[in-house]
Amino acid sequence: MNLSNYLVLASILFAIGTATVLLRRNAIIVFMGVELMLNSANLLLVTFARIHGDLQGQVMAFFVMVVAAAEVVVGLAIIVSIFRARRSASVDDVNLLKN
Amino acid sequence: MTQLSVLLSLPASITSGGNVSSGETALFWVLAPLMVFGALGLLFARKAVHAALGIVLVMISLAFLYTAQEAPFLGVVQVVVYTGAVMMLFLFVLMLVGVDNSDSLVETLKGQRWIGAILGLGIAAALIGVIRTATFDQAKGLTAPNADSNPVGVARVIFGQDIFAFEVVGVLLITAALGALVLTHRQRLVPRVGQKERADARVASGGRLAPLAAPGVYARSNAMDTPALDPEGRPIEESVSRVLRTRGQRRSATEVEAQVGGTSAIEPAQIEPAQIEEGTQP
Amino acid sequence: MAILRLLELAPAQQQAASGFLQTSAWLLVAIPLLSAAFLLLAGKRADGWGHWVGVAAPGLAFVLGLGVTVSLLGGDAATRVRSLHLFSWIPAGSLHLDAGLRLDPLSLTFVLLVTFVGTLIHVYSVAYMDHDPSRRRFFAYLNFFIAAMLLLVLADSYLLLFVGWEGVGLASYLLIGFWNHETPNAVAAKKAFVMNRVGDLGMLVALMVMFASFGAVDFTTVFHGAPGASAGVLTAISLMLLLAACGKSAQFPLQAWLGDAMAGPTPVSALIHAATMVTAGVYLVVRSAPIFEGAPNAQLVVVIVGGITLIFGAIVGLAKDDIKKVLAASTMSQIGYMMLAAGLGPIGYAFAIFHLVTHGFFKAGLFLGAGSVMHGMDDQVDMRRFGALQKFLPITWATFAIAWLAILGIPPFSGFWTKDKIIEAAFVGDGWRPWVFGLVALIGAGLTAFYMSRLFFMTFHGTERWTKDQHPHEAPKLMTVPMIVLAVGSAFVGGLLSIGGAFSTWLEPVTGHHEHAEPVLSVPAITVATLVLVLAGAFFAWRQYVVSTVPVTPPLASVLTRAARHDLYQDEVNEALFMHPGQYLTRSLTYGDRRVLDAGVDGIGRLVAGTGELLRRWQNGYARSYAATMVAGLLILLVVVLAFQS
Repeated sequence: MNLSNYLVLASILFAIGTATVLLRRNAIIVFMGVELMLNSANLLLVTFARIHGDLQGQVMAFFVMVVAAAEVVVGLAIIVSIFRARRSASVDDVNLLKN
Repeated sequence: MTQLSVLLSLPASITSGGNVSSGETALFWVLAPLMVFGALGLLFARKAVHAALGIVLVMISLAFLYTAQEAPFLGVVQVVVYTGAVMMLFLFVLMLVGVDNSDSLVETLKGQRWIGAILGLGIAAALIGVIRTATFDQAKGLTAPNADSNPVGVARVIFGQDIFAFEVVGVLLITAALGALVLTHRQRLVPRVGQKERADARVASGGRLAPLAAPGVYARSNAMDTPALDPEGRPIEESVSRVLRTRGQRRSATEVEAQVGGTSAIEPAQIEPAQIEEGTQP
Repeated sequence: MAILRLLELAPAQQQAASGFLQTSAWLLVAIPLLSAAFLLLAGKRADGWGHWVGVAAPGLAFVLGLGVTVSLLGGDAATRVRSLHLFSWIPAGSLHLDAGLRLDPLSLTFVLLVTFVGTLIHVYSVAYMDHDPSRRRFFAYLNFFIAAMLLLVLADSYLLLFVGWEGVGLASYLLIGFWNHETPNAVAAKKAFVMNRVGDLGMLVALMVMFASFGAVDFTTVFHGAPGASAGVLTAISLMLLLAACGKSAQFPLQAWLGDAMAGPTPVSALIHAATMVTAGVYLVVRSAPIFEGAPNAQLVVVIVGGITLIFGAIVGLAKDDIKKVLAASTMSQIGYMMLAAGLGPIGYAFAIFHLVTHGFFKAGLFLGAGSVMHGMDDQVDMRRFGALQKFLPITWATFAIAWLAILGIPPFSGFWTKDKIIEAAFVGDGWRPWVFGLVALIGAGLTAFYMSRLFFMTFHGTERWTKDQHPHEAPKLMTVPMIVLAVGSAFVGGLLSIGGAFSTWLEPVTGHHEHAEPVLSVPAITVATLVLVLAGAFFAWRQYVVSTVPVTPPLASVLTRAARHDLYQDEVNEALFMHPGQYLTRSLTYGDRRVLDAGVDGIGRLVAGTGELLRRWQNGYARSYAATMVAGLLILLVVVLAFQS
């Protein structure tokens, strides 16, 4: 098997994550889509680390994970506080950008 | 169980430098469809919990793939951080927001569904196109960098050349934690109302402190629709169920008195039905 | 010829710093910097005692600097250039620059001067700023200045020097505008800042040319490469460095800011605008000696700039009535001397620095004396309102007198040992140059004698010309003690360091050794001529300002005097040459802009507005739509890149 299969898998996961962000309206699910995209990028990094024989890729993936954790914490806090204020977790209800 | 044994035997059978062993091939072809299935679950599941479970599936499978790709450290971190912490956090928030809040799949934005589908497919097509047309060097494998085991190799990089980034990320995590605290903090605008405050309020408003009396029990009448009598012989209208009173199905004390025979101290005027209409409940 | 001279100048072999004192030299910069940060961050609770922290920082730095100097003196002269590597600063491609300190006689001379005079002025400020509510902030800025100045002189590369250079500029800006609630002070600070920027531009260009031609900006590499570089490159770098030096040292034509800089508190004028920061330009020129040696034309420009400024400052000083502005003009003029000496080449380097050191002492003493007078006279600065202060401020009078004799160059006070040498050096050479430069320096000495004596007599002697309710009184001990110390320094430093040419020998590892050259006039003749001119200047001042009475309002005087009172119309010249043409240019551009461009632009604007009206419909406020747009853009980019790549 060629290692590029991993890359193809990562691409597919990334595309599904993108589509989730575009199509779903529940903010939490949208957020999970973002996480999926980050994970697919990690898979890419790990695979390239193996191809190039350099651990830097794995370290990068590690940093992505840590930053993603921080992002999740803040993002979910925002979702919770929006939910408290508006009783809804739908991204379409938050079209304050328009006004 | 089979997956666990696969995981345990990984370092021996699958990790083989840049070359892909047949074990790894098998693992990949088992896991890849599962992962795509889980990811599609995220896209199509009606309930958010199902979507989250799909993602958990994807993330655990990713941990296997990392281990297979000579990154056991990342595999463990993936399980601990993503599946263990991040996804649990997601599930918590789902519970908080309302787990049965199923997402309606009716699209509100005009054309968004088509645009999203086309863009998603386009991204997939473009990325796969790139990968398929690109030529990669013969994979070098990580045998040499992983000579002292993978965590040691990774640690050398993290605590060596990347130490500054590592420290900065630590600062970022602390900032994020504080940010989450601040974001979810609710300012208390009114004083807290506890049991004592409630009791005090009830006494202050002069309401009833004891439980409501049970409906009337007389020598000859033992029915839910008859009001009880207080020690002075007056009927207690609240003792009849509110439902019966609203429906007009209660019997007044006078009716009963006729049968019981003048034990009550009430004047007929006091037991007009108008008096015991709605609103007498404290 | 030039190469030969360079070989003579070849700096002593550089060695790594050794020993505890030398390796901890970085503390010289770190201590005042930490103290400044502490004072700024400590908040109000440090108001009561923070200034003592501020005094301790330069004091500690002085002790450390003294230790390092002694440790260098302990070694052979050839081992007196030490480098202290700190950390890898800019590892960017072909530019790899380490941050490091260079400990050599030149930098340590500056370290000692800055920290010693700085400590005294800090002590003085404790009393001088006693009633100021933001005294803590003042000390923080002063400490920051000390740190930046030490970084400037200790840096081992032009870029690190530039960091200190900008740091002192910032400190100068903050301190000139320290009382910025009054508009003129804020304007003066801005003026100083802007004119310094002009000079800094020169520094930046010099850095770029250096990097382009030598591939490095650290002293060692640049000085090694300098002999092999073409004269054109060296001249360009030299002139740009000179521009930078002119900006920082208030030399012609960037001299206009110094007079206004006197808006700052007097200790600031003493420390920054007299003793240390303004001499950074001289330091830069002397430090860059190997570059200037390869560019004789640039050296000539340095001498000319120094000569012009020397006379310019002296003339301005003749006519000003504001005591601090006279001292500012005098500073300008004295730095002109140093520049002139620095431009003369190896013969002058040591004396430029020597004069810088003695000048640091007596000029700081003069400024502190002026501050003491202002302190006693309710912040009066008009000398026509002083007079007969001798018996009211005896200590100030005594210290001022010593500093005055020192700046006049009366033997055996410090100034004599340094200024006289510069004048001698100016007379060395062949052709027309020694005559012109020598005479300029000589006349400058006479003018200096006149205006300094004028200042001294108008302030301390003659008749009382005070306004009604002034009660002159001597300053507190915290102010007089630093003045006394500086007066002692003004009296003896020059003579002591001249014994056996001690100072020149000490600087030799940096400035190189030069054979004694005979001036075109004999040395005794020059000395006698200088002294005669100086005494004549002082005598005329005495006749005019002690014997005859001084009018309280300035009399209408000759054209030259009036011009001098107006700083020789330097602001008007600047305005006429740069500001007004600039304004006309912008005005005409505005006109053209409105008539020609705006019409077109408005059309485009309307077009855009119309398009925007259409596009507005896309802006529906739904995050998912925006996300879709982003993804679409990403996809398009991806496709375009791929299409062009294959």
